[in-house]
Amino acid sequence: MSVTTSSASWKSGDAVSDQFPAGLRVLVVDDDPTCLRILEKMLRNCRYEVRLNNRSYRRTRGKKLLFGIRNLDRVYFVDLVNESKFTTCGRAEVALKLLRDNKDGFDVVISDVHMPDMDGFKLLERVGLEMDLPVIMMSADDSKSVVMKGVTHGACDYLIKPVRMEALKNIWQHVVRKKKNEWKEKDAEQSGSVEEGDRQQKPTDDADYSSSANEGNWRNSRKRKEEEDDGDDKDDSSTLKKPRVVWSVELHQQFVTAVNQLGIDKAVPKKILELMNVPGLTRENVASHLQKYRLYLRRLSGQPQNGLGNSFLGPQDSGFGSISSLNGLDLQAYASSGQIPAQSLASIQAAALGRVTNKSGIVDQRNIFSFDNPNMRFLDGQQHHSNGKQVNLLHGIPTNMDSKQLAALHQSGQPFGNTLMNVHSQSGQSNSLLTQMVQPQSRTQMLNEVGGNPVLKFPSSVGQPGLSQPIPGSGFSRYGMDNNVRPLTYTSLSQPTSVVEFSRSQGMELSGNSIPLTSNSGITSYTSKGTTLQEEVNSEIKGSRGFLPNFDAFNELSQNRTDTWDLQNVGSTFETPQHSNVQSRLDVAPSVLVQPAFASDHRNGYIRTSSVNKAAFSAATSLGNGTNFGQQLTPSHADSSLRIKTERLPDMGFQNSLFPDQLGQDDLMSTLLKQQQDGLAPVENEFGFDEYQLDNLPV
Amino acid sequence: MQRQLANMKQTLFDQGYLDEQFIQLEELQDDANPNFVEEVVTLYYRDSARLIQNIEQALEKSPLDFSKLECLMHQFKGSSSSIGAKRVKSECTQFKEHCRVGNADGCKRTFQQLKKEYATLKKKVEVYFQFARQIGPVEKACRSK
Repeated sequence: MSVTTSSASWKSGDAVSDQFPAGLRVLVVDDDPTCLRILEKMLRNCRYEVRLNNRSYRRTRGKKLLFGIRNLDRVYFVDLVNESKFTTCGRAEVALKLLRDNKDGFDVVISDVHMPDMDGFKLLERVGLEMDLPVIMMSADDSKSVVMKGVTHGACDYLIKPVRMEALKNIWQHVVRKKKNEWKEKDAEQSGSVEEGDRQQKPTDDADYSSSANEGNWRNSRKRKEEEDDGDDKDDSSTLKKPRVVWSVELHQQFVTAVNQLGIDKAVPKKILELMNVPGLTRENVASHLQKYRLYLRRLSGQPQNGLGNSFLGPQDSGFGSISSLNGLDLQAYASSGQIPAQSLASIQAAALGRVTNKSGIVDQRNIFSFDNPNMRFLDGQQHHSNGKQVNLLHGIPTNMDSKQLAALHQSGQPFGNTLMNVHSQSGQSNSLLTQMVQPQSRTQMLNEVGGNPVLKFPSSVGQPGLSQPIPGSGFSRYGMDNNVRPLTYTSLSQPTSVVEFSRSQGMELSGNSIPLTSNSGITSYTSKGTTLQEEVNSEIKGSRGFLPNFDAFNELSQNRTDTWDLQNVGSTFETPQHSNVQSRLDVAPSVLVQPAFASDHRNGYIRTSSVNKAAFSAATSLGNGTNFGQQLTPSHADSSLRIKTERLPDMGFQNSLFPDQLGQDDLMSTLLKQQQDGLAPVENEFGFDEYQLDNLPV
Repeated sequence: MQRQLANMKQTLFDQGYLDEQFIQLEELQDDANPNFVEEVVTLYYRDSARLIQNIEQALEKSPLDFSKLECLMHQFKGSSSSIGAKRVKSECTQFKEHCRVGNADGCKRTFQQLKKEYATLKKKVEVYFQFARQIGPVEKACRSK
């Protein structure tokens, strides 16, 4: 069935536009056979009505109303036109397969929320991302939280069971809307479409009431608005034709890079399109993809937060919206940077996503948004954590860094950069301290490091003077979180460069802040550490509020590193410290910021965090923990005085060494501070850091 | 006869056994599917028997896994509401509430109540459908007008 036919029929069908458009191909997925049977009948009836009243139906006879009925183990796909069952499938996975195999075979999917073999939201995500079909969720559950979940996952609508006929009658509006959004340009029948669209829009209002029970209305309008946001010019395209754009990994990477460059908040489809410079890609394609991406990021950031349950993580999704987006960005950025092997990225994503959804789904490499890599499971907790932390890290950095630096960061297009920016704005407070410390140079280094992390492999990160190296972006986004604090801390370390160091990837030349080592490692480890560290860090940070700002920066550095990439369980220990530092930082005054970083340190007892970061980096690559960390983190710090003891990290088992030396930290902090003031005397000695090895993190 | 049937149905409604959704189902019934409602209700009883069993098994465990129970009940509730089983549905809601607060006794009590309602409804609709089938053709004829 060609779309044209459908549109043609729809056009002529405008006279009965309040009827179910004939030929709409619906896939219904539900594990309740009773419900399926009822839905089938209802949908069939819609067609039936159309048949009677709509003469144009004849034209659309070729269209099929496909119906997926999941009856226990079997899914029946009924061709309503021919009234013959032509497929039986085993599970919801089969439904997905069917959708994939018939990319253009369905117009809309209706799915139940609670299904034994696959969560409805997961299916929703997959369908939305892979096939860009409007998905309608339904459930007997009408609690706001679930409905909200549907909204955030990108559902077009949410029906409350028992589903009423009127509700089904109007589901076509979602198809039309979507098509309109996507097809602005190519529309031979523009004028006609516009009218059609308008006409179809009208019944929509009624539909709102009927299609979504009670809560529906506001949801619908919100949803609609959301959908419309991306498609400013939807009016013109309503051919209803959908030449789907396949968002390949490369294309998506380009997209993510562009978004990061612009900053998630400032990323508008038009500019993204320009940056991407892909021939044949339309603004609408980008717009709808951006919308999905945003939802995905939001979800990611929301998850870690929930999962962490840290007090630091008070803010809910809304609070962290930007952060989470950053996190997601990080991952995406990473992916795009191509540094990270697609697989790892996927796994990271998967881990992140997995955590978010708590599902260990199949990793669909093709689907950049849904990385459900079971391997990355371990990352789950960490992922989020690290993401959050990363944000923090960035957060810290921005404060130190001048805006231009941030800009530089941004430029690098690293997700971090974005996060930084975001974080920056958010974590303004803690930065006073940090800002002082931050040395432009170091900062860039840090950034570079961050980017350069072998693990992270930010393309631009390495060597970017600006903070372009986004410290694991996620860290920044969390500015609310302790994690964010980290970035700050390390900036305050006065040696952004040192931070860079941890950015393992590049031999960041930390200008002299020994501390940076830690921070770098912290970052990396941070990421890899995953939640464990984070949580610990968070808790620790609380305790370590009193740390010197230096440490914060320090931690941040390390934190940053780890954040992004250390999905791996790199010495989670060090991560946490860093995170905590970061976190506490945010909460505390700038001075405090330092402390948190330190807190983590003390946890590790040393710059371990940094080493951890390094490890994180390495971990990213090879889950190596402790030992590697030290090495990785060795940013080519000018001083190189700080040698992170990688060994430490592993031993640290962060958890075990919680707050190993509070006292030490204080000393360390003071030393660090002093250092900062003095110009970064090697801290190690005083702090007891064994050594900060600012090596390039072997990624 | 039709009036008898109508009265039967009205009673069911008045007594709260069935609700609006049942009417929706009836509206879906047409010449092509003359026994649609009966078909759906039969399907419901068949499928929900399995669910009831699962819940029963889960209730025998100790300690009770409330989240699982809630999940199972949610499915059952969805099914029941689809056919308009009003009383059964309200028992489901109560059961879920007990689960939410962790009231094991409440759950068990409500479940017993639920099973009773479930069985009662089954008998009643069976009678109803039997009757409807007897006068089926007439009714259909009337309805199509």
